[in-house]
Amino acid sequence: MEEQIKNIEEISIKEILNASNEKELNDIKVKYLGKKGELTAVLRGMKDLSKEQRPIIGGIVNKVRDNLENLISKKGKEFAELELKRKLEEEKIDVTLPSNKFIRGSKHPLNRVIEEIEDLFVSMGYDVIDGPELETDEFCFERLNLPKGHPARDMQDSFYITSEELLRTQTSAVQARVMVANQDKGPIRMICPGKTYRKEDDATHSHQFNQVEGLVIDKDITLAHLKGTLEVFMKKMLGEKTKLRFRPSYFPFTEPSYEVDVSCFKCGGSGCNLCKQTGWIELLGAGMVHPNVLKMNGYNPEEYGGFAFGTGLDRLAMFKYGITDMRYLYRNDVRFLKQFDQMDI
Amino acid sequence: MKLSLNFVKDYIDLPEELNAEKIAEDMTNKSSEYDSAGKLINATNLIIGEVIECEKHPDSDHLHVCKVNIGKEVLDIVCGAPNVRKGLKVIVALPGAKLPDKTIKKGVIRGQESNGMLCSMLELGLDSKFVDEADKTGIHELPVDAPVGEDPIKYMGLDDEVIDFELTANRGDLLSILGMAYELGAIYDKPVKKIDLSHKENNENINDSFKVEVNTDNCSIFLAKKVKNVKIKESPQFIKSRLIASGIRPINNVVDISNYVMLETGQPLHFYDADKLNGMIEVRMAKNGEKLTTLDNIERTLHDENIVISDGKKAIGLAGVMGGLDTEITPETKNIIIESAIFDGVKVRKTSNELIRSEASNRFEKGLDPNRTYMAQDRACNLLEKYADAEIVGGTVKYDKTILEDKKIEVKFAEINKVLGQNIPDNEILDIFRRLGFTYENTDDGAIVSVPRRRIDIEIKEDLNEEIGRLYGVNNIEGILPELPLKQGSFDRRDRELRNKLIGLGLNETLSYVLVGENEAKEFNYKDVETIKLLAPMSEDRSTLRTSMIPSLMSIYKYNRARDNKDVSIFEIAKTFYKSEDKFIEEKHLGILMSGEYSLGIENKANVDFYTIKGVAEEVLDYLGYKNRYSFIADTSKIAKEFHPGISAVISLNNDIIGCIGKVHPSICSEDVYVLEINLEKLFDKKVGKMKFKEISKFPSVDKDLAVVVDKNVEAQKIVMQIKKSAGSILNDVKVFDVYMGKGIEENKKSIAFSLNFGKMNATLTDEEINNAFQKIIKDLENKLGAKLRT
Repeated sequence: MEEQIKNIEEISIKEILNASNEKELNDIKVKYLGKKGELTAVLRGMKDLSKEQRPIIGGIVNKVRDNLENLISKKGKEFAELELKRKLEEEKIDVTLPSNKFIRGSKHPLNRVIEEIEDLFVSMGYDVIDGPELETDEFCFERLNLPKGHPARDMQDSFYITSEELLRTQTSAVQARVMVANQDKGPIRMICPGKTYRKEDDATHSHQFNQVEGLVIDKDITLAHLKGTLEVFMKKMLGEKTKLRFRPSYFPFTEPSYEVDVSCFKCGGSGCNLCKQTGWIELLGAGMVHPNVLKMNGYNPEEYGGFAFGTGLDRLAMFKYGITDMRYLYRNDVRFLKQFDQMDI
Repeated sequence: MKLSLNFVKDYIDLPEELNAEKIAEDMTNKSSEYDSAGKLINATNLIIGEVIECEKHPDSDHLHVCKVNIGKEVLDIVCGAPNVRKGLKVIVALPGAKLPDKTIKKGVIRGQESNGMLCSMLELGLDSKFVDEADKTGIHELPVDAPVGEDPIKYMGLDDEVIDFELTANRGDLLSILGMAYELGAIYDKPVKKIDLSHKENNENINDSFKVEVNTDNCSIFLAKKVKNVKIKESPQFIKSRLIASGIRPINNVVDISNYVMLETGQPLHFYDADKLNGMIEVRMAKNGEKLTTLDNIERTLHDENIVISDGKKAIGLAGVMGGLDTEITPETKNIIIESAIFDGVKVRKTSNELIRSEASNRFEKGLDPNRTYMAQDRACNLLEKYADAEIVGGTVKYDKTILEDKKIEVKFAEINKVLGQNIPDNEILDIFRRLGFTYENTDDGAIVSVPRRRIDIEIKEDLNEEIGRLYGVNNIEGILPELPLKQGSFDRRDRELRNKLIGLGLNETLSYVLVGENEAKEFNYKDVETIKLLAPMSEDRSTLRTSMIPSLMSIYKYNRARDNKDVSIFEIAKTFYKSEDKFIEEKHLGILMSGEYSLGIENKANVDFYTIKGVAEEVLDYLGYKNRYSFIADTSKIAKEFHPGISAVISLNNDIIGCIGKVHPSICSEDVYVLEINLEKLFDKKVGKMKFKEISKFPSVDKDLAVVVDKNVEAQKIVMQIKKSAGSILNDVKVFDVYMGKGIEENKKSIAFSLNFGKMNATLTDEEINNAFQKIIKDLENKLGAKLRT
């Protein structure tokens, strides 16, 4: 009997090791360990053995069975692994095929610039004010010390809709609005970004363009404060290395008035095409609020003073993103718009 | 203002090392910016020569081979000019000479050696309005006595440097050589020299034979002076070359002197032929419809805001703008009336804007110093006596309502420093006033400054602050941030939040024009509004303010479509405008346009349809806090005709129409384009609840599907509303998940399937509760909407 068991063990082990797939392995399992299997049959035949022999043979059979079961399970795992491997290989995809795109929108570069400016000035305690685009002559000009017939009005050929109403030519109009609206005639710190309109249309001028106006009214405001503020502003927008140059100029609503140049960010000031070899680019108008403007809008110029500044946002956006032609900003070619979809800190 | 350095050096000694570029830079930092600065004639290596032989070129029918004596040697030069001839004095550009457009080299022209070029003034860069006829077709002809071997530019008095300044509207004083001299004097601390006004006057008195009447407030001073027996001839070289450097074409000595004096003093003069006047001049406002032929031989029709000069009968000049043809100086003129006057700047500006701009009107507009009115008149007498042999008639006819004395302005040192944020010592401040040519009296804490009338721009102490700031050097002031109380800056973030949301939905933001064509302005509006037109538009297609965002987006779509950009999903938040009961209304709208593919990828491709853009609309409204408060209403009576009548709706919020949505009518656009517009003004006006946490039920919910067959025209929204109403509070949600028409469903009917979700906050629902609700829903749908349960 022992001989027979050994035989079964030897043959079955050979068969297990030779099994080439899951099914064969299962058949082998049934053949030897199943209810009608050969090893099971040996166990059944044990009733004919003597009491002494029974546990000995039983022990041998169980050992062989454990051994076979282990082998089968090991072999089974091998098959499962192979099967998984095969399946994984079969499922392999081309990862370089295009993704299912989440459509990404984009913010217009001009609004990106506006938002950057808003965030900067809000962080310094400025309010962001939105003024009307359809403005009255009174707020756009007269309250800014620009009476009718003033020669400086020539600089701003305007779109009137009646003799007294027009599309605003400058965000400066909001200065007067804020001063008038401020009931307690106390300090003001505000910026106003927005659309402005003038009758001109060529390669470098659009009849519709954008400005941001800044106004600070308080006691003890100085020209040095204006310089400091514009330095922070321009460094934020154009880089830490940016330098400013103030040039005397004239705006009826500020006294003194300055045009402010920034050092050319393309050549760093050594002279290039962008700055017309001067090293400087004219970017802002600024000055100390004219006492007439304070008076006309309810402030006492002996008590309060302030500074105001304004800049064209279209050019700022062009400089910031290296946009080569202003008309791109208004053409809205989606190939242009889609470029502005990246985090921009 | 073109500043000739030779001219200004008559009145100020400038340091030798200063050239035009350096002066222009210094002026930029302290006074005014400039357009260009440099030599009047930008050419090197020029010499005066004499053509001593001139033969026809053997191989050419127009070239000549010349021998040109330049003093130290004789050069062979080939010349193509028709006027080249033996004996002519010429300008020779030697080999190596740099002219504005070329560099001269030795060469061989058709076999003949040529060692230089004979030049015309055009080739030297002089503007064509200043050159002789000979220069336009050939070479410049120098006078016979021109010295061979010398520098021709110097000889012609054109060795000048010119700075072209861009002056601001307030600095009218700089529209004169004297004004520039004072400005440079302040910058370089140099005194300004006196102008020569000396002249003899005869024993007659002009007041005996001539009178002036001023019958308008728009003339503050009018001086008339008479000179006799002038000899009209060519001006001396220095007058001509200074006029050229200043951009004015020389005519004859008399006309040139009036221009010369205007350049020097800033005061425009007008010379009348005295024999063509009737012994008087009247200044008055024109009559409406009055005619006048001006110097340029154009008949102009005037109105009562034009100031005119009259001879007592008719207008003979447009005051401050241009003289009349009838009384102009001609080569035969003998006797002259000199007008030196100041006319109202606003009126002159209006007139010149309407009719013609001139050097004179430009100066009147910006304001003048009445002291210069006197000065200019005397200076004209001085020059006419010297260069036109004039005899000056004694006396002046004078009308003067002006103030000639200096303006007195008190300043306090502390205030100046307070505004500038500096500590400029008192004596330094006073020194700046001195350099400006202002006198002053000291006070305890400042000074009373006497500002001459020439500085029309200075009226108040703030103006003097500016003078100190700019001459101290604004770039010497160090910038600091103001120390203001900390506070939170406020602003309305809603536009930005909405913009970010839309970008998240895959839309590209645009920036379009507010001004559109008149027809465009009326399109796509869900309400009938009156458009606002510009009084004087630039062009018809930018004549009207838009009432809707959609026409702007449509034109962007068309622009892109023309460039093969097929997938366009764009939005913009901007203002729209209309008129309502004589009021102009400005409204912020959101406009969206979508067309083409919206989802990308090989398997996920999807084109935009109505439900895509409806989804965007819902995202916007839900995000802004109006969830469940709006509805889409297909009401063709309210939808603009530019929409597809069957694929469009108005958006209603609490029974108020806030926008419209739909497909663009195929007659307007053949592609499938979907648009949406929402009036944000209306939306932002309404109250929204705050975002707040809602407790989540701990008990399981139950899903159940329901399909019913209804008439084709029953709107899904109606069924959903009925289901909600019938189910009561245990219904959490209901969604449409299928709509079917066709086989198995009666004609004119549709099957519509809903997925319902039931649940309670405080307990698990029983089967009975759900079944009761379900049965009630079915019964109500049958009774109220004629629905049948689909089996």
